[in-house]
Parts: sequence; C-alpha cells; structure tokens
Amino acid sequence: MALAEDFADSGRAPVSACPACVVVPAAERIAALRADRAGRIVLSLPNAGGAQSISTVEAAVQAVPGVISARVNLTLKRVSVEAEPSVTAAQLIELLASHGQEAHELDPGLLSVTETDRQGRELLMRLGVAFFSMMNVMLLSVAVWSGAEDATRDLFHWISGAIALPTVIFAGQPFFKSAWASLRQGRLGMDVPISLALILASSISVYETAMSGHHAYFDAAVMLAFFLLLGRYLDHRTRAVARSAAEELAALEVPRAVLLVDGAELEMPIAEVQPGDLVLVRPGARMPVDGVVIHGASELDRSLLTGESLPVPAGEGTVVSAGEVNLTGPLTVQVTAAGKESSLHRMADLVAVAEGAKTRYTSLADRASRLYSPLVHILSFSAFGYWMWATGGDVRYAINISAAVLIITCPCALGLAVPAVITSASGRLFRKGLLIKHGTALERLAEVDTVVFDKTGTLTLGAPEPVALADQPRDAVAVAAALAAGSSHPLARALADGARALGLAPADVTGIREIPGQGIEGAYRGARVRLGRADWCGAEPVAATATYLALGGETRAFSFTDRLRPGAEAAVKALKAAGLQVELLSGDAEAPVRDLADRLGIPRWQAGVLPAEKAARVAALAAEGRKVLMVGDGLNDTAALAAAHVSISPASALDAARVASDIVLLGQDIAPISDAVRISRQATRRMIENFLISGGYNVIAVPLALIGHATPLAAALAMSLSSITVSLNAMRLK
Amino acid sequence: MEILAILIPVSLLLGGIGLAAFFWAMRTKQFDDPEGDANRILTRDWDDRPKP
Repeated sequence: MALAEDFADSGRAPVSACPACVVVPAAERIAALRADRAGRIVLSLPNAGGAQSISTVEAAVQAVPGVISARVNLTLKRVSVEAEPSVTAAQLIELLASHGQEAHELDPGLLSVTETDRQGRELLMRLGVAFFSMMNVMLLSVAVWSGAEDATRDLFHWISGAIALPTVIFAGQPFFKSAWASLRQGRLGMDVPISLALILASSISVYETAMSGHHAYFDAAVMLAFFLLLGRYLDHRTRAVARSAAEELAALEVPRAVLLVDGAELEMPIAEVQPGDLVLVRPGARMPVDGVVIHGASELDRSLLTGESLPVPAGEGTVVSAGEVNLTGPLTVQVTAAGKESSLHRMADLVAVAEGAKTRYTSLADRASRLYSPLVHILSFSAFGYWMWATGGDVRYAINISAAVLIITCPCALGLAVPAVITSASGRLFRKGLLIKHGTALERLAEVDTVVFDKTGTLTLGAPEPVALADQPRDAVAVAAALAAGSSHPLARALADGARALGLAPADVTGIREIPGQGIEGAYRGARVRLGRADWCGAEPVAATATYLALGGETRAFSFTDRLRPGAEAAVKALKAAGLQVELLSGDAEAPVRDLADRLGIPRWQAGVLPAEKAARVAALAAEGRKVLMVGDGLNDTAALAAAHVSISPASALDAARVASDIVLLGQDIAPISDAVRISRQATRRMIENFLISGGYNVIAVPLALIGHATPLAAALAMSLSSITVSLNAMRLK
Repeated sequence: MEILAILIPVSLLLGGIGLAAFFWAMRTKQFDDPEGDANRILTRDWDDRPKP
C-alpha cells in the first residue's frame, strides 16, 4: 500500500509542469469551492444497532473539533452531522471505523425525503382524524342500532353528523382530488365511486336526520374514509421505503472528482467539473468523467461498461469514459464531458425513455377497477330508477336505496386488497435482501417464464481467482506472491491471497517497484524478476485472463477465473426447478462464458454480445410471447434491463443499471432471486383471492341493498369484516 | 337521559385530547426515528443532567 501511495505522490508532480493546461483562474475558484463545502454531512451506518451504538457514534463525532451537532437516526441507520467546513466526511468515516462502526458517505443533496415525508405525514394526519371520528360516531351508532328512538335518535344523529361531516371533508380530500382529475380526463377511476359514495352518504344522512328519519349513514361514510385511507397509507409507505432505500444507494456514490487546479488537488462535486478541466484519477477509483488521458499509464477495468473481464491498458491519448475503474497507476485526465453530458448520463436518459414503456403495464388493481367502477354506477343508478318507478316517485326512498348500494359496493376491501399484499410481500423480500422499486414489479415477476443472466458482476463477482495455483512450482508462486503484495491491481491481490491460502510465505524479493500499466519489478537472488503483462515479461500470451512471471530467464503464466457470486449455483438450479428457461448473455470472450455456463448448467449461452444485441435478444424473446426476467449489472445491460418484462440488478451495479431495473438485490448473495419469483407468484395469488373475497361480500350484501333491506348496521358489518379478512389473507404470505 | 348531556361532551373531549396529542407528536417529528427513540431511553449519557 505504501508503494501505491508513493506513486500517487509522484503522479502529482508533472502536472504543474503543464501550466498551459490549467486555464482557470485558480485562486478564486478554490476559495469559492471551499466555501460551498460547509454544512451538513450525512453518513450511512449499515451496522448500527442498539443503544450503545447511538452513544458511541454521537459522542465520538461530537468530540471532533468543528462539529456543531450530530444525531443518529437508528430507523434509517444514518447519522447527520452539522459541522464547520474544516470537518470532512473522510475524517469522520476514519474516526468511526476506529470505534468499530462501518460508515459510508451519503450525498445529502440526493436524499430529498422532504416531499414524500410531507405527503406521508399528511396522509397519516387524515388517517388519525378518520380514526378518531370513526370511533366516536361508532359509539353513537351503537346506541342507535340498539334501539334509541325519537328525540334521542335525532340527537345522536345530529352529533354524529357534526363529527362526520368535517371529517369527510378533511379526510376525503385525496379521493376528491383524484376523482376530479380522472373525471376531467373523461375516465371513471376507482376514486369516482368512492367520492360519490362519500358525498351521497353524507348528504342523504343530513337530509334524513333533518326529516328525523330512521337511517343515517354517517358511520359508514367515516368508516369508508378510514379503511380507504389505510390502504392509501400502506401503499404510500411501501413506496416511500423503497424510494428512500433506492435514494440511499444512489447517494452512496458521492460523485466527487479530484480536480487539479494550478498543481493543487481539490476535491469537488462532479456537477462543478467543466470540460477542459484536469482530473486526477487514483488507482482503484472509478472514472468520474469522460475524457482523454494526458498523463500516466495504467490499466482500466471496463467490465461494467462492456462486460469484458480482462483489463485493458491505458496511456497518454487513451479515451476514457465515466464508469471505468482505474486499476494500477494514477491518471491525469482532461475532461471532455462531465456530469449530465457524460456517456454514463446519456445512457441513463435512454433508460428513462424505456421506463415509460413499463408504466403501460396494467396492474391487477387497474383491471379490477376498470371492471368494477362502471358496474357500481350502473347498479346504483338502476336501483334508483327501479325504486322511483316502484314507489311511484318517492325520491327520498329511491335515493336512500341507491346510496346504500353505493356504500356497500364501494371498493373498501378492494382499496386494501392490493396495498396490503404488496406491503406484506415487499417487507418479506426486503428481509431477504431484495428491494422492490416499482409498484407493479411483483405482479410482472410472477408472470416470468424466462430468465436472462449477465455474466461479469452478476453471476460472477468480477473478482478474479487464480486457477490451479497449487500445480505451479512453489518457489515461483512465492516470488510472484512477494511481487504481487506490492500492488493493488486486482490480479496481483488475488495472486497474493491465493498464495497465502496455500500457506506459502512470500520469497525475499527486494527493491520492489510498480511500473504503472505494465507490472511489478524486483530483485530476487541478484536477478531481476517481473510480474505483469505478457509483452513486458517477454512471455507468450495465453487465451485467458492471466498475469505473467519472468524469473531467471523463464516465463510462467498464472491464469485466473472470475469468482462465482455466492448463491449463483443455487439460484440457477432453483429457477430451473421452477420450470423457468435460463439463458446467459455476456459481452465477455467465449472461453470464460462457456466455462461458466458449463459450471452452472446453463444450456443456452452467447458470448461477445454487444449491448444492442442483448436488448435485441430480450426483445426477440418477448416477441415469441415470453416474459423475460433480466438480471444484469453493467452499462451494457441497461438497455436489456429496460426492455425486459421485469429486471433485477445487484446493489454493486452501475447507477444507470440500478435505475433501469425494477428490483435491486442488496446483498452479495444472488440466491434470493428464486425466492423472489416464488413470493411474487404467491402474492399475485393472494391479490386475486382478496378480490374474490371482497367480491363475495358484495354478492351477499348487494341484493340486500337492492331490495331495500340494507341497514347502516349491515353496511358497517360488511365493510369492516371484508377489510379485516383481506388484511389477514395478505399476511398469510410466506 | 340527562346524563348524556355530560357523557357525550366528556367522551368527545377525551377523544379530542387524544387527537390533539397525536397531531402534536406528528408535528414535532416524533415518528421519524421510532427505533432510535426506543433505544435512546436505555442510554446513560444524560442521566445526571439534561442535554444542553
């Protein structure tokens, strides 16, 4: 590690030798940028839990000079720190690490929870009011049901009305608004009959009370409002949880670039990098911008962009794109496009277009309401018409009946049926490490019959593992391990780890130095030894990912294979057992792809696939009438992810890929994918059951209402019983 | 039945107090971190004197 830092140091020096490259009035810009950095730092604490961690973290952070306040939020597992500009996130992360707390910086700008927060609080407020009135009106109604008469009944009705009317006006607003919006577009949504029922029930009750009638539906109106708001709130909460978790994933990658201004290094947000600026990219860091290398030599890992697992060399003049990972040496890059202009962002924009196609999917709830709401209106109006005719023009009686029909048929349980199942299913999947980002993703996942996997980074970890290291001569491995220990190149690290696992001590190699973009060199028993690229070591390249050792006039190749993601075997096996067709599409070379397909037992695979070909293959499968689940992580998968019926990406995926996918796999283990398919099928079944249950209640209650025998008591019973039954059924998910 | 003149206002008042308490709790963001609050009661940091 010390070596790598040395190179980082030496990498800085030549830049000031190129003053012409730096055209920006430096001092002003530095001052302006430093001033912006004051304020709030938000860190994510994934392992925080228990009272002890609150005390430890808050005490430790508050002890730092310059920190004004620190507060841990254990529910979100975050700490937010108000501090002076001198305090940096890196400093706090290091401090917390020394106290045994893992911490990651979050971009506070991306955590825009306020808007959803406000909506959620508003809904909860309305729910609270509806609950309060429902309980009070219910108490009064019990007295009426059990036989209060004349003046007492009227008094109770008046009091109920005084409580219920303001409640309906306040709590019903979300329904009134969306009903009005859908009416203006000339459609009959689910909210139109709801609003109609609320308004009609309240006004007929006021009229009945004024005429000192027997039946008032104040209790039904507030109960309706309460149960429907409950469904709305559950729905909102599921979405808010998914959104905030997705935001956190995005915020984890704080987009910062190290800018070189007049030879000075300055860390700043990517949004402020301009074309023409010089950016330093250290080994192990991801390219923040598109640009051209003007200084340094290194290797680049392009697997997230193209799927190839083999690193490519980079030197002066190499064109780099945002998202590539710099492996060995520090690179100075002149920016050609940054932020919204970069290739990464343009790809994300393409995805946004594809996203629109997915919203065209009609969910079960939509289909149910499309069937349901005309039926409700027709029933209610025909009841009105029939009783007008049968009673010879008794408007009061006819309106009463049609209000009763509306209240009973109102989709109270229907409004709960889907949100309750989705809340329960996504909670269960979240515990298994799957984040459902899209509302209809579960339903779409249940329909899937084909699974298409990407290779690098999805089925494999994108981390190399040495092949048959034990078969190599022990002294050669020992020398290679000694050389490899001095580098942070992934192949070198894997080699050093592999030697350690074999119990081999590194040989006594002196004078180790890393040549960026080439390899590592040292002296062993007086002779020069090299570990690195084939041409540099004078070796014949082999047809696999490999590094080469030049030792005493001889060369030796160490080849590597990509490490399998944990649970990959189990996931493929379970998916095949569930009757799904599994395919593998990779941008990598043929040999490693065939190898992996054989290892996992995937019969259909294709290597060297271009991004557009991936999307085309998914589209071709869709044209055959297949519902495709795409699992992928790279930029080369994004188009396919967006084109698939439903898509999953691991949390390690590129931001653009995560945005394009409907479900994000939070853990490293990929096995939960098969659980997700199973749970989603179960959830869809529960939803249909719930529709049938609430339909069943209607089949019994509607005829009663139509012939004029529905009392407010019957309406209240049908409504609460069906709501409770569907909620319980939703919780049966396993 | 005269008792109703007392009981109904009393029951409404009590319910109203509950509702007002709920509003207050929500406005002062007491539902933002339920898990943290449950744990904070166990810490000993400010047992001797209140947090400044």
